[in-house]
Amino acid sequence: MTLIRYQTAELTPWSAADRWSNLRDDLNSFFELPFRSNFARTGQLFSGWSPALDLYQSNDNVVAVVELPGMRKEDIEISLHDGTLTISGERKRESNSHGEKAERTERYVGTFRRSIALPTRVDADKVSATYRNGILTVTLPKAEEVKPKQIQVS
Amino acid sequence: MNTLTRENRNGDRAQTEQFVAPPVNVMEADNGYTLEVEMPGVNKDGLDVSVENNELTIVGRRSLPIVEGTLIHHESRPENFRRTLELDPSIDANKISAKVEQGLVTLTLPKAEHVKPRKITIS
Repeated sequence: MTLIRYQTAELTPWSAADRWSNLRDDLNSFFELPFRSNFARTGQLFSGWSPALDLYQSNDNVVAVVELPGMRKEDIEISLHDGTLTISGERKRESNSHGEKAERTERYVGTFRRSIALPTRVDADKVSATYRNGILTVTLPKAEEVKPKQIQVS
Repeated sequence: MNTLTRENRNGDRAQTEQFVAPPVNVMEADNGYTLEVEMPGVNKDGLDVSVENNELTIVGRRSLPIVEGTLIHHESRPENFRRTLELDPSIDANKISAKVEQGLVTLTLPKAEHVKPRKITIS
């Protein structure tokens, strides 16, 4: 269900008419987009912010890539427990001290939490992460014993 | 006064490139508007902001990290971003500025001098 990404924040000060036009826009854009069954995310339909997460596996590493636009590095938390990688964090509401009035609020503020079971054992001490252009990349080197090995015939 | 919040997603349907509409926040202050658009993976080079027929179009093309290996769990979308908003007549289109930081595009749209609130002193 891709519609979830276009879900608008609930606490918006729009008039009823605007709400309808937005609903219409959202429905229109839903039909314009290529369909993609993304069941992993429908379960989080009501929990608010659910950043997209991709997981890659190579011979040496498991890599998680998460879309987290506009975060501060310090507000992102990564933990590894019992073969499950958890990425959580908080986007803080910026103070509207300059007399600004919100006309449209679609970006999520608040906390998010994503957990994913890793397909294989990893070396927890060697996990590294980078945050660039709003994308978090977590590299988890596989544990030595699960890495594929070439055995020489002597 | 709130045409900036009205958007146009049906601009030109003839285009072949697929885009997704990123979430946007619009704030209004006395001296102008501020827009925040979420475009993860977009840096300065991939950002294109244009004004035509009183419509502001923000296009973000991503430069995603290249990851070795096979994709085993996939949620992200491959499309680039595009969003079009109608400009409020009070905005001075020549003074729009943009910056991008960690995939968050912030646009500053100042109001034209003549529409800014002014205090008139009584002599």
